[in-house]
Amino acid sequence: MAIVDTAATVRGQAKPKVTVKDLKGKVDPDWCPGCGDFGVLAALKQAIVELGLQPHEVLTISGIGCSSNLPGYLNTYGMHTLHGRAVAVATGAQLANHELKIVATGGDGDGYGIGGNHFVHAMRRNVDLTYIVMNNQVYGLTTGQLSPTSVKGMQTKSTPFGSVENPINPIPLAIAAGATYVARGFTGQQKHLVELIKGGLEHKGFALIDAFSPCVTYNHDNTNEFFKQRTRKLEEMGHDPTNFQAAMEQGCQWGDVIPIGLFWKREDLPTLDQLEPVLSAGGPLAHRPLGVAPEIAQALINELM
Amino acid sequence: MKRIDLAIGIGGAAGQGIATPGDILARIFVRRGLHVNAYNAYQSIIRGGHIFLTLRTSDQPVLSYGDKLDVLLPLNQDTMNRHLRLMRAGSAVLFNSDTIKPGAVAEGVQLCPFSVKALAPTIRGDLVQNTIALAAVLRLIKVDFEILEEIVTLQFKRKGAAAVAENVGVARAGYDHAAAHFTALPFSLPDPAKPLAFFEGNQALAMGGAASGVRFYCAYPMSPSSGVLHWMARHARQLGIMVRQVEDEIGVINMAIGAAHTGCRAMCATSGGGFALMSEALGAAAMMEIPVVCINVQRAGPATGVPTKTEQGDLWQVLGAGQGDYPRIIVAPTSIVDCFKIVPQLFNLVDKFQCPGIILSDLLLSEGRSSIDPAELDFNVPIDRGDVIGLNGHATPVNGNYKRYLITESGISARAVAGTPGHVHVVATDEHDEDGVLISDEFTDPHKRQAMHEKRMRKMDGVLPLLPPPALFGAADARITLLGWGSTEGVIREAIGQLADAGISANNLQIKWLVPLHADAILSILGGCAKVIIVENNYSGQFARYLRSETGFAADGHIRKYDGEPFMPHHLVEGVKAILAGSTKLYVPVHEIQV
Repeated sequence: MAIVDTAATVRGQAKPKVTVKDLKGKVDPDWCPGCGDFGVLAALKQAIVELGLQPHEVLTISGIGCSSNLPGYLNTYGMHTLHGRAVAVATGAQLANHELKIVATGGDGDGYGIGGNHFVHAMRRNVDLTYIVMNNQVYGLTTGQLSPTSVKGMQTKSTPFGSVENPINPIPLAIAAGATYVARGFTGQQKHLVELIKGGLEHKGFALIDAFSPCVTYNHDNTNEFFKQRTRKLEEMGHDPTNFQAAMEQGCQWGDVIPIGLFWKREDLPTLDQLEPVLSAGGPLAHRPLGVAPEIAQALINELM
Repeated sequence: MKRIDLAIGIGGAAGQGIATPGDILARIFVRRGLHVNAYNAYQSIIRGGHIFLTLRTSDQPVLSYGDKLDVLLPLNQDTMNRHLRLMRAGSAVLFNSDTIKPGAVAEGVQLCPFSVKALAPTIRGDLVQNTIALAAVLRLIKVDFEILEEIVTLQFKRKGAAAVAENVGVARAGYDHAAAHFTALPFSLPDPAKPLAFFEGNQALAMGGAASGVRFYCAYPMSPSSGVLHWMARHARQLGIMVRQVEDEIGVINMAIGAAHTGCRAMCATSGGGFALMSEALGAAAMMEIPVVCINVQRAGPATGVPTKTEQGDLWQVLGAGQGDYPRIIVAPTSIVDCFKIVPQLFNLVDKFQCPGIILSDLLLSEGRSSIDPAELDFNVPIDRGDVIGLNGHATPVNGNYKRYLITESGISARAVAGTPGHVHVVATDEHDEDGVLISDEFTDPHKRQAMHEKRMRKMDGVLPLLPPPALFGAADARITLLGWGSTEGVIREAIGQLADAGISANNLQIKWLVPLHADAILSILGGCAKVIIVENNYSGQFARYLRSETGFAADGHIRKYDGEPFMPHHLVEGVKAILAGSTKLYVPVHEIQV
């Protein structure tokens, strides 16, 4: 494990070079062989290495689900929180120490279902974090039920006659809600996914990377092969990610062509931590000394007199 | 000098401006060094309804809002109708005779009518009534007009000199009218002396958080806890506190946990409904061993319940919040000043034992207001962050051997905050091993699970010796012991005085630290008590059941109230008498419909 002194990092001295091997967690993933989540884990490690981040500078926060086991397989600070709560925990951590690189990870049920409220509000706040959703359009850990992104008609254990509901489309939702970096990747396009995650980590603001991460066990409709045949890179389609209308239109495409890549990016909006005057000076809140100065304490008491 | 014990009731509809004369009177009293206790019975409406503020002042500490009113200020007919019949000999009722008619009145009650039309013919608006009423009250208690002039000047300064002159004139007219027509009350206020501060429980809780070094506060608005959020938001920039209003209470507690994991002291407040939403995450904080403080300001439940009324109905909710067994520390402050003092104490405990801490306040404490000697508001509190690594961003590297959940005798393992070099680890809400690796799905690991569960729970053994055991207040050989918890301390102690006047000796055992509970100490004290009556503001006797479950002790009688209003001292006196007479073991007072 790489050990560095924060002060040295702050002074801009050379950081030890981190390799993919350094980012290996304490245990190996217990995902099913062939699970797309292996690809997301590998891409995230590669992105961290290419950006030269140290393990202790990154805090990876997940909820609950197959994909939410990811922090345990990655040698960064990690929090494996409750089902649906990763983004809320991540928001608190980001504001409390805005020098950390915050990565939230999880699945479509975790983020778009039970965590939907936090998801929408973190985007409107433009919290500076990178949220990678391993979207397999099914509940895997609970052995195969409908998810918020399951397509209409999908047969699962909880919809044995086919789902009658429309799925959530996270791309236009995120753009409309105020996310400032909205991308979709596919674990079958590993290099592309690494670039999207790197872009998200480098972006100052809320970055959503919805990654098609096919479930080999419970989703026999939206398979690796399904996406291989349909996904097309926006970068090869002449898409302009600063064009709101084009981003929404591409985000709504779902059929013979399913676009992947960077749909939407804007850099003109400040993030929540940048907007918060309490953080304008003095460094991370987490590192500030406790206590109230005597003259401030007196002023607080004077208000009551 | 005659002892001062003056209670003034101001009632009207929402929007009639009851708060302003209430605040002015309170300030006049505390500046003279008088003690004040105020309780506002209100409704969750913006306009209309019935709001009733009771402001009680004395040269002695005021423990409750009392039993009686000396002065009634009904700002509308409804208030007159509801309250006049409760006024007793020696009291005064001041009212605008243009719009309000008195009804039947008890002998010796002084009716003090004034005509707004006659005294302020040129001024329009409802608030002029309040100015005249305030002037008349001040005359009744013999406060010099100059004081009122100063207050009215301040109040209308931004409206210009003409408005000031006009309103001072109206105040003068009201004051002179009272001097000419009303009989002053038979005591005088003392001259300005060492002034006291005046604050509400929610402010006290927030200030206690500030004193503790809270750097992250978040909340979702919910009565009656929002006052904590308001104070925090107002002072956030002055104090360097991140204050956030969050999308829901689930988000609130999870954000606080995220912030706490980086090393911040993090706090949040809610009421019972919001607390219910936080339950799972409190268990998560305990599982990940992240210290966080959550305030539950109880209101009458269940469900939406009675949002603006008080109750002690959430004890079992906080005892059992969340799935599974986990270490938690629960404290119920016993007074408004206690709300301030308890917070830094709890933060030191949760930091030391790396678990959630819950403060169980209620509407009575949190929205009640009290005077306080400013010297008691000591912000220079002891701070103990416990066994923590990397708070300042630095740490000694441990060469990869760091075990976040190292099994120790005390159950406490050194906590490295996220971002600390050389201590990278993952915290998990799944059961885990010493190094944080999940074991929850390894069914072959029952021993690891047992060891880790015991390590966490063992921490509670260390908490109890750090908590002061409760002690009897009053004579040890009293005939009656009134056993209460949390906010009922003031009213119980006032009732003890009234019982003594009635020839019944009583003492009080008030429980503040609920979990862990000093069960042995309590049992030992109660073993020496002649007759124990448990007083609580709920239907089912939640504390009585808890005490019985922890000690096997069953009380001789119970006084319970669950109508939304707090106890008045005489409710307890009557309850004790009824239980002593053997007519009942459970006394439920009927609240006089005056609120």
